[in-house]
Amino acid sequence: MQAELIDIRNHLVQHAPFDDMPEELINELTASIEISYVRAGTPILETGQTSTHMYYVRSGAVEIFRRSGELYNRISEGEIFGQFGLLMRGQVRFPATALEDSLLYRVPADTFNFLFENDENFADFVEIEDRSRLRSAVSRREKSNALMTSRVSRLISRETVSAPTTVRLQEAARIMTDQGVSALLLMDEACGDKCDSDRLTGIITDRDLRTRAVTEALPSETPVSEIMTTGLIKIRASSYVFEAMLTMLHNNVHHLPVIDGDEVRGVIALADIVRYESQSSLYLVSNIFHQQDVKGLKKISRDVRDSFVRMVNEDANSHMIGSAMAGIGRSFTQRLLELGEEKLGPPPVPYCFMALGSMARDEQLVVTDQDNAMILDDSFVPEEHDEYFMALAKFVSDGLAQCGYSYCTGDIMATNPKWRQPLKVWRGYFTDWIENPKAVALLNSNIFFDLDGIHGCTEFAEELKTLVAEKASSSQLFLTLMARNALNRTPPLGFFRTFVLEEDGKHQKTFNLKRRGTAPLSDLIRVHALACGSRAQNSFERLKSIGKTKLIMEDDLSNLRDALEFISIVRIRHQALSLEAGEEPDNNVRPEDLSPFERSHLKDAFQVVSNAQKFLRFRYHTQATRNV
Amino acid sequence: MSDHSENPTAPEALKQLPWPDQYRVLAKNARAPVLKRFYEAGCPDPKTPISEVPLVALDFETTGLDAEAHSIVSIGLVPFTLDAIHLSQAKHWVVRPPLPLHQTSVTFHGITHSDIDKAPDLADILEEVFASLNGRIPVVHFRNIERPFLNVALQWRLDEGIRFPVIDTMAIEAHLHPDRNPSFLGRLIGKTPVSIRLADSRTRYGLPHYSAHNALIDAIATAELLQAQIYHHFSPETPIGDLWL
Repeated sequence: MQAELIDIRNHLVQHAPFDDMPEELINELTASIEISYVRAGTPILETGQTSTHMYYVRSGAVEIFRRSGELYNRISEGEIFGQFGLLMRGQVRFPATALEDSLLYRVPADTFNFLFENDENFADFVEIEDRSRLRSAVSRREKSNALMTSRVSRLISRETVSAPTTVRLQEAARIMTDQGVSALLLMDEACGDKCDSDRLTGIITDRDLRTRAVTEALPSETPVSEIMTTGLIKIRASSYVFEAMLTMLHNNVHHLPVIDGDEVRGVIALADIVRYESQSSLYLVSNIFHQQDVKGLKKISRDVRDSFVRMVNEDANSHMIGSAMAGIGRSFTQRLLELGEEKLGPPPVPYCFMALGSMARDEQLVVTDQDNAMILDDSFVPEEHDEYFMALAKFVSDGLAQCGYSYCTGDIMATNPKWRQPLKVWRGYFTDWIENPKAVALLNSNIFFDLDGIHGCTEFAEELKTLVAEKASSSQLFLTLMARNALNRTPPLGFFRTFVLEEDGKHQKTFNLKRRGTAPLSDLIRVHALACGSRAQNSFERLKSIGKTKLIMEDDLSNLRDALEFISIVRIRHQALSLEAGEEPDNNVRPEDLSPFERSHLKDAFQVVSNAQKFLRFRYHTQATRNV
Repeated sequence: MSDHSENPTAPEALKQLPWPDQYRVLAKNARAPVLKRFYEAGCPDPKTPISEVPLVALDFETTGLDAEAHSIVSIGLVPFTLDAIHLSQAKHWVVRPPLPLHQTSVTFHGITHSDIDKAPDLADILEEVFASLNGRIPVVHFRNIERPFLNVALQWRLDEGIRFPVIDTMAIEAHLHPDRNPSFLGRLIGKTPVSIRLADSRTRYGLPHYSAHNALIDAIATAELLQAQIYHHFSPETPIGDLWL
């Protein structure tokens, strides 16, 4: 390439797939270009012609048609077309006509083939169409994060250290010291015919020995079974490290036994994972539980945003970030409840504190308000007990507000007496919503269909999940109205795949990635999940359970997953950039702030949302309640 | 159209002939082999449609505007047709001027004295340059640079000048905007002059802005401009004889 062609090269490298192309290939490409000016309305490619070039739009716009004559796509500056005919080594597949006066860079077939053979990235990009291109964009991102590519089995560096549950404290301590481990797995010897993974019944850790045995001054002859933790949360050896991290975050445990089929492979500890993620959100979580008052919590809540930005910069995916942020929010809530109980005394009747909405879905980000509720034991007597729970709810709610989780504008908080009720009343609420559904009422109670018990008797919340899973799938009217509500917000895509912009508070033309992207997606995923009786709350988990029912075809499910991941990650990146610039993050994005790569893939993703809404409309023969 | 840039040494009778006939006469009379080959490669009939004519966009950077007093510093060219500009055949040379480099044009072209010191003399690259010119009609933006500078440079080195027709994209713009300089009255009512400079002309056709400034990118910019001009104001069937000067 002549060095004087740098201007042309520089335009190419601003656009995918040329942005990642090695220097010598991009130079080869630049030197092969044929420049051609076409006037608006001029046909560029016609059906039946032999394909000779790939085209790159340097300026102007081009329309691509299906052979039926139907408009298929609109290509603008920095985008390519004409590659499919070349790949088929034959005839033009999609006719093209200049929409505006355009300057085109033509890449001859020889150069195209050379790039195709020598640049995998380029080959991936041109080979796959729209939505599959979105998929490769998502997986390319994920490949770069070790947490998402390494399996738990890699963290196990030694043989399992275990002992029978009948062993005495002193002996257990000796084994742990001799073997140099911080956790000991305990096996039930009584049922010798069972496989190892079934016999695994408990665990004790260094910390357990200190806090439960030493401080209580238990005799060294005490059987270890008296202080061990049972009801173990385990992880499969084939799981990814990030799944282990999420499991620890979600359950606030620091050790996980690793299972491989019938076999117990060992234990992984918090420290093993922290090695993978240096500035771990796990640290923040354990720090939360060390705080002794609201002031302390408020102080460390400033680290939440740093933790968020760090995960984004480490190329975590949206599921990881959403779960980590929800885990952090959940920990603040749990610690506040513990502090509240210390201050007010033990609860007069059992209760469950419930998270709703994005926290329950494990899809929380940095700009979030609190949505919560309390399920009280059926022995609850308002006159006797409510003063306590009112005070506790207020303590937690005020504390969360101090820590940056603003009050819910819809008053969906445990401080609202309506949402601080015994289990039987809650069962009544849900039964009424499902069996006597009214569209507008459902619009406001949508959020209750993403629920998770996070403190106290979490079985109460599980009971409600079961009720929903059992009843929702058989109430056609309920599903229809939920579907109708899910169609209220449409993706910001207009004619010819252009973005539809709205004016935001700062009088800028933007589109809202939450209201127009992730929210309509999680709404429609919720409807399908309810229809197939899923108990999952997280949108990705819900897609998995929908997959098992064949309600939606495998391909469409993958498209939904990729679209959700891509829109979420663009939204997350947008917020991280704002935070780094010292601005208050929001969900409003200007198209010009996105890279051409992001713009093009966002359009693909929004198209997926739009198609999924069409499917929902068709399936439930319904229209939106009101278009927003 | 009389043109002071044409080879002043050519006999008046020759200048009256159509370009293809001039080439035939010049081919016979040329002494330097490089010029003989150039004329022998021929010139298309004036009735040939522009879409069928091989073209070459040509741009020189010079130390000044007067061919007699200033020198060529760099040459950029790109062969093209109405259909396609072939970057694979694009060429760029820096040449050493026999006259000292003016400080002002140094900053303008981004070519420094050390570039020049290492550069060949035009005589050393003539064969290469003509390999791209033979059989093609040169296209320039502002015809009073390339043709006279090349003519003088060849006179100096081969003791023999050169004649050829050019298409001048600036002359086409001038023709399209005859009233580009508003009268005193026009200016009073807010009319502004229409610029026919390369970058400004390109803007009128929606052609992109090039940030670099060198002979090759200007040659490419000129080629793109001609494609746009033909499609907007003429047609692929327009005879070349209506366009060249």
